[in-house]
Amino acid sequence: MASTIRVRATSSGETTEVQALIQHPMDSGFVKDAKGEIIPAHFIQQLTFEYDGKNVFTADWGGGVSKDPYVKFAFKGGKKGDELKVSWVDNKGATDTTTAKIQ
Amino acid sequence: MTDVGFSATRRLILQGAGAVALVGLGNLPFLAPALAAANDKYPEEAFKAKSEADAIKALYGKTAEPSDKVKMDAPEIAENGAVVPISVTTTLADVTSISFLVSENPVALVASYKIPAGTLPNVANRIKMARTSNVIVVVEAGGKLYSANKEVKVTVGGCGG
Repeated sequence: MASTIRVRATSSGETTEVQALIQHPMDSGFVKDAKGEIIPAHFIQQLTFEYDGKNVFTADWGGGVSKDPYVKFAFKGGKKGDELKVSWVDNKGATDTTTAKIQ
Repeated sequence: MTDVGFSATRRLILQGAGAVALVGLGNLPFLAPALAAANDKYPEEAFKAKSEADAIKALYGKTAEPSDKVKMDAPEIAENGAVVPISVTTTLADVTSISFLVSENPVALVASYKIPAGTLPNVANRIKMARTSNVIVVVEAGGKLYSANKEVKVTVGGCGG
C-alpha cells in the first residue's frame, strides 16, 4: 500500500524545511454522521521526525487537528541526500512510517 | 462511559506505580533516560481537558503570560472551521514546546509540538474550530510559558456544525 505520509524536506544549506501531509480521517469523536450516530474518535496521536538517529520534531495531536493533517517546521543542519524518518501512531494503535530524502 | 472510567483509573494506578518505581531507582544512571522517555509520552490527560486553562495546567503544570514575542498568524475570518491554517513564530530563545488551543472547542488542546535543541521555533498546521473562538498559542521557552491569542471568526463550524 502506498504510504499515508507525504514529506518534502528541503535543505537551504543551514536549515532544512520540512512539510508533511498525511492521509488520515482525524475523527474527533464529537461529530455525528448522517444517521445521527457519533463517529468514533480516530485520530493520530503522535507524529515524530528523526534525522541522523535523533528526534528533530514531535507532534502530539488531538482530534482538533484537521483531516489529512499538514504540518511545517524547520531544523538546523540536514544534508541534501540524507534521509529523514517520519512515523505516526493513532489512538487505535495503527501506525505508518516512511523515509524521505532531503532535497 | 464505564470503559473510560476504568481505563482512567488504571492509568492512574500505572502512573502511581511508575512514580514509585522511579523513586525506588534513586540515583541509578539509567534514571535520566527513563525521564527522557517519559517526556516523549503522549499527554493523554491534557487532551481530555475541556478548558484551555486546565489543558495548559495538565500539559505544563504552570500558567502562561502573554508575550508580544510570540507571533501568531491566523485568519480574521475562517470560512470553513474544519480547516483553519494557523502558524506561529517566536523570537524567544530556548524554545522547548509550542502548543495550540481553541477555547470554544469541546477539547481545548489541539496540538502540542516538542521542539528539541536545533529545531527552529516556527510551526504551521491546520486545525478544526467548532465556532468563533479565541485561538491560543503557548510557547515554552527557558522553562517559562508565554502566550499569544487571537479571535478567529468561523462562518461554518468544523465539529459537526
